[in-house]
Parts: sequence; C-alpha cells; structure tokens
Amino acid sequence: MRRVAVVVFPGSNCDADTLDAARAAGSEAYYVWHRDTDLQQADAVILPGGFSYGDYLRSGAIARFSPVLQAVTAHARAGGAVLGICNGFQILCEAGLLPGALMRNARLKFLSRPVRVRVDATDTPFTRTYRRGEELTLPIAHGDGRYVVDAQTAALLEADAQVVWRYVGDNPNGSTNDIAGVCSTGRNVVGIMPHPERRNAPVLGGQDGARVFLSLEARNATQHAGDLRADDGRHLRV
Amino acid sequence: MSAFTVEIRVMPRAALLDPQGQAVQHALHALGFKEVGTVRAGKHLLVEVQAATREEAAARARTMCDRLLANPVTEDYHVAVETG
Repeated sequence: MRRVAVVVFPGSNCDADTLDAARAAGSEAYYVWHRDTDLQQADAVILPGGFSYGDYLRSGAIARFSPVLQAVTAHARAGGAVLGICNGFQILCEAGLLPGALMRNARLKFLSRPVRVRVDATDTPFTRTYRRGEELTLPIAHGDGRYVVDAQTAALLEADAQVVWRYVGDNPNGSTNDIAGVCSTGRNVVGIMPHPERRNAPVLGGQDGARVFLSLEARNATQHAGDLRADDGRHLRV
Repeated sequence: MSAFTVEIRVMPRAALLDPQGQAVQHALHALGFKEVGTVRAGKHLLVEVQAATREEAAARARTMCDRLLANPVTEDYHVAVETG
C-alpha cells in the first residue's frame, strides 16, 4: 500500500474524486493543504484539477509559489512520483517541474467531454500497467489545455519518449504534436490534461483511467492490468 | 526611496497562436471595421514600487516579470517606469 498525498489548493475541485480514485486502487490517500510543507512521507504526490487561486494571472501561476510546492519540488528532485492532473499539470509546468506551458484552447471554448487518447509511454509510475499504444477514453474539462513547447523542446520530448499520452482522432485544444500528457526527463513527474479520476469505474461510464492509480500499487512493472484486476479486483468494488 | 509606478505589458509571444486576439479581430470585422488587421491581446499591469532610482524600479519589475508576471515559455514583457 502506497502513501498518496493529494494536494488541496484554494480552488481545487477534483481533490475528492482524486482521493477516491487513489483509495479505490488500494493506496493510503490523504489530503495535504497548500500551506503545509510536510507531505507526511508520501510515496506519490498528486496535484488535482480545479482552478487554484481562481486561475488568476495564468492557470497555475500563483499555486506554483504556495508553501507546499517547495515540498513537492524536493520530493520530485529526489525522484519521487508526482502526478499533475489538468490544473495540476498547469502548476507543474509553471513550477518548471515539467517543460512547456498550457495556453488557452485554440477555439477558446471551455471543453467538457470525453476524448480519445493513446498511451505512448508506459515507463512512468502512473502508466506502467497500460500497454504501449493502447487507446483510452478519458474526459477533459479545461479552457487552458493547449500544451505549447518550442520546436526544439518538442523534438527533445519526442526523441526522449517523454510524451506519455496523445490525443487520437480529434485534438480538442490545438496542443503541440497532439500532446495530452508528458513526463520529466527522470520520468517520475507526469502531467495529464484529461481526468483519469473521473473514469475509474463502470458506474462513471468506463474505467480507462483506473490504471493510472493502480500503476502506483503494481509491484511488477510488466504485470498486465487484467491480471492486476484478477488479483485483487480493488477498483471493481467502487 | 521614492514611489514609482511601473507599467508592465505582457504579450503572448508573436510566434504563438493568440486565439483571444483572433476572436477580437473577428468581432471587429463583424462590426464593419474592415481596416483591422492582426489583433493581439495581452495583459497590462500597474505596479507601485518603492525604489531609490527609476533604474532600480525597472530592474525590480523585470525580476518580477521573470519570476511571476510573465511565463517565459509563452510570453514577452515590456517594462516602463512612471514617476509615482
């Protein structure tokens, strides 16, 4: 059982769903308030979606300077697993823990609907129970989801296989190279625009997102998710 | 120490798509302003600063831009100091 810290900022609104998804996967998940600097021996830290600090100035720009981010940065620098979902992804980019930035959707509209994404990297703490090339349906809910990097950084990301998820078919926000999620060069810091925590059980319309959280609990990186479910069936209890 | 007002303009980098500017451009065209070319939308901030000199006020403002007010990946900024 891994200890998973879910950071709560003023304006976070996916914190409860994220905590539930981590618990459903078998983790010992708990909240850490943005003013706290103690992650309580977390094995993994998740920055949830929402509108931290009202998205003032730029999405994630103010949250980046909250006290808890010092602890998250130290955890990341030490190789600890960090996942940023949606606004959490924006915060990780603002903090410089992930390359690039998230800008206004190309067609300006706030989009809240399911999209298709492909898993392009399975050697991260949050994707190791997926198959490379596997296509998933995950919901998006963002206005500032257009991932932008300069051409040189994009080439580096591709060469280093740091693109973890990519939109297939329709790119909803105009992101560079159809990128939906990336990881750091150390592969321990991961950001994703869609919301895996909103699709982790059949009652939510599907469970394509469940293995993001189950990956943390998987001891054997090569274990297939089907075996994982057969072993413990944890998230089917939800 | 004197009071200075620093005007800071933050603009999306020229090479990047600016959908907000495009939307404003389309709206201006729809209103009949056919002469309108490219429109770009950014942010304008007025920051009151205590500093010994204008140069110091400008230098501090540039540091503020580098650290918080502008995103170095996507935005450029311009700083101008007015005497407060």
